[in-house]
Amino acid sequence: MTTATKPAQGASPPRARGDVRGARRLFVIRELGIALALVLLVAVTTISNSRFLSAQSRKDLMLGATILVVLAVGQTIVVITRNVDLSVGSVLGLSAFATGKLFLAMPDAPIVLAILAGVGLGVLCGAVNGALIAIARVPALVVTLGTLYVFRGLDYSWAAGQQINAADMPSGFKRMGTAVVLGVPVLALFAVAVLLIAGFYLRSYRSGREMYAIGSDPDAARLSGIPVGWRVFTAMTVSGALAGLAGVLYAARFGTLDAAAGTSIELNVVAAVVVGGVAIFGGSGSVYGAALGAVLLSTMGAALPVLRIDPFWQQAVVGSLILAAIGLDRALTARIARRLRGRRARGA
Amino acid sequence: MPEQTTNDTPVLTLAGARKSFGAVHALLDGRLELRAGEVHGLVGENGAGKSTLVKVLAGVHAPDEGVLALGGQPTVLGGPAGARAAGIAVIYQEPTLFPDLSVTENIFMGRQPLRGLRRIDTAAMRRRTRELFAQLGVQIDPDRPARGLSIADQQLVEIAKALSFDARVLVMDEPTAALSGVEVERLFAVVRSLRESGAAILFISHRFDEVFALCDRVTVMRDGRWVSTDPVAELTVGQVVRRMVGREVSQLYPRQDTQVGDAVLRVRGLTRAGVFDAVSFEVRAGEIVALAGLVGAGRSEVVRAVFGVDRYDSGEVLVDGQRLPRGRLAAAMAAGVALVPEDRRQQGLVMELPIERNVTLTRRWSLSRLGLLGPRVEREDAHRWTRLLQVKVGHLSDPVSTLSGGNQQKVVLAKWLSTNPKVLIVDEPTRGIDVGTKAEVHRLMSQLAGEGVAVLMVSSELPEVLGMADRVLVMHEGRLVEEIARDAADEESVMLAATGQAGRS
Repeated sequence: MTTATKPAQGASPPRARGDVRGARRLFVIRELGIALALVLLVAVTTISNSRFLSAQSRKDLMLGATILVVLAVGQTIVVITRNVDLSVGSVLGLSAFATGKLFLAMPDAPIVLAILAGVGLGVLCGAVNGALIAIARVPALVVTLGTLYVFRGLDYSWAAGQQINAADMPSGFKRMGTAVVLGVPVLALFAVAVLLIAGFYLRSYRSGREMYAIGSDPDAARLSGIPVGWRVFTAMTVSGALAGLAGVLYAARFGTLDAAAGTSIELNVVAAVVVGGVAIFGGSGSVYGAALGAVLLSTMGAALPVLRIDPFWQQAVVGSLILAAIGLDRALTARIARRLRGRRARGA
Repeated sequence: MPEQTTNDTPVLTLAGARKSFGAVHALLDGRLELRAGEVHGLVGENGAGKSTLVKVLAGVHAPDEGVLALGGQPTVLGGPAGARAAGIAVIYQEPTLFPDLSVTENIFMGRQPLRGLRRIDTAAMRRRTRELFAQLGVQIDPDRPARGLSIADQQLVEIAKALSFDARVLVMDEPTAALSGVEVERLFAVVRSLRESGAAILFISHRFDEVFALCDRVTVMRDGRWVSTDPVAELTVGQVVRRMVGREVSQLYPRQDTQVGDAVLRVRGLTRAGVFDAVSFEVRAGEIVALAGLVGAGRSEVVRAVFGVDRYDSGEVLVDGQRLPRGRLAAAMAAGVALVPEDRRQQGLVMELPIERNVTLTRRWSLSRLGLLGPRVEREDAHRWTRLLQVKVGHLSDPVSTLSGGNQQKVVLAKWLSTNPKVLIVDEPTRGIDVGTKAEVHRLMSQLAGEGVAVLMVSSELPEVLGMADRVLVMHEGRLVEEIARDAADEESVMLAATGQAGRS
């Protein structure tokens, strides 16, 4: 075993190795912390009202988190590369409405076709975002703020005031929205699958690691020969695809659709990602943390009314949570930096 | 490591390399020949084209002209990835690591060992990192993030990266600039062992003792051109310095004889940990004092601290005997100090604002009536100053970004001269401007000194330093190492002091 102490530099702290381990442990604590907050929230709410954990309520909680988790996974991939995707709500709306339209036109269409269509539409929207960012070199914040309105506008003009009712949807599709396997809703299984695949990809594949590298230092990434533009394009496209998938899941869950589906959900998604410990300037964080953040936020949305907290205060509570998460991150970062800093960069 | 090749076949040759950025010719005739098993030194003044040459080798810049040959085969690199594939590793002055990722990941980014399903084989990656570190004789935890590593350790990680893909050519751009003595020794040991194993190493440094201690051959560059390549045994420091500067000081510099008055600016023991150390000097009325030294010697940092842009840890700044509060720019301005900054686009001007606004920006309050700044007052004042300095403008309401570099610099000068300063600090006053405007700026500075202004000039251009200054202060690695009177100052004496060689030849 090696140690981090360098004999050539007498000044190095002898506990360096342990400190580095400790630093890594702090990162794990970050995700455990969210899980703990979630458990605490559920426990307190259940004590206040035991029906909070009834079978039906559990199912509702999981369904409520599903769409946010799917979107948060896509957003995490984007944020890790030091970008942001604000257009996900509009893409979700467009895809949900397209799903409805598809079933109106072809009531016998297989569910797989609807999923493919939604994801395909999302890929298209994400590719537009990605091309504008990677080729035209416009900051992601500006591009996706623009496409947020463009995609929503397309949605409205397509819908032209039309509303699609649950009665128009084929029963097989609606069943998917309510079906439960071993106590877990089928829709939530989609979210779990997406989460596991994305987590595996980001951890075990070169291109996944390169996304972290890009977010950590874009210039260094370019100098090490990483195709930065292409990777960012991919990240935006994946985020679009997942927003498209989320649109199909939305349609399956609610059945009744109009052009306003998913309006302003993008802010919840960004909030979930930040609460989940993904650094907003890229380079660190995990989809698991972001998913936990999404579950925490959606559970909080369900728990606060049960706890009889004034609805006006609910948003303030969510906001405080975001600030607390950021404060915690700052504190942890400072602490890790202190631990990792052996001594000053300059000997003099 | 690559197998031993005979020393006669150059591993890498570069011939007739040219590279221009717009009108700026960064590289006119870059030549280089690296042999296996040699450490090759590359020296030259600031702006001699060394960094551009490095970026050509790194695949960052494609040369406009010229041939790069690897092992005798002409090669087009086509990007940083191509350079790496060709076995060229570059270690930049500021190492380019990913702070959030582990040391292991930094070494293998983009080239991670794979196992089934093209997954990254983390265990193999960590094992190879341990082997590389063992080979280099360093102890860094492979799992720790790169954040917080010292510059020396970051460079070792970069070297491990180069080893990991069996680089045939290792380019090191001023690797020792930020290292302490012990760290330099360790780096040299590593470089020597790489040379033993047959790698070709290009070593760029401003420190002649290092170049002479480490290198087998030395290439000198000047003004973007190759000057000479010789075995180090046949060279002396004096020869190298003469080749680096090797030009006549032009007679363009108009110097009026002035009455030198009392010291206006006094700086005593100015210190900022790790940046500059115990800097003391004074500038008298009617005098032009040059602050010379290499890039990174801390000159700009000193004048920024004097002006109150940056804070300092200890020491004091006095203007006319009055002590300036530290870190208070407004107080320095009120005391009659002006600073024309180094980077006029980022610090000197607000590029999108009209010319007139930029000129009057330093006197927003003195020009305003009842707290309101009228457009007419502004325009008349701007008109007076731009005419005085002969700025070539179309309309004063045009954004200042529409002007040429030289005219932009005049606007910055107007902006500060209009405050009627007692002490004028100029940082690289003629960088990137054409010869004609340069002469005008020089004439203006002389004229101001003639009127009794104390002028402190930071400049990396030796001819300018020697032509303009009454006294030359030379900084080396954060310390004021030498004060040279006008009569004693020549290119050699300044260059020797700037490279920390004062007293030798």
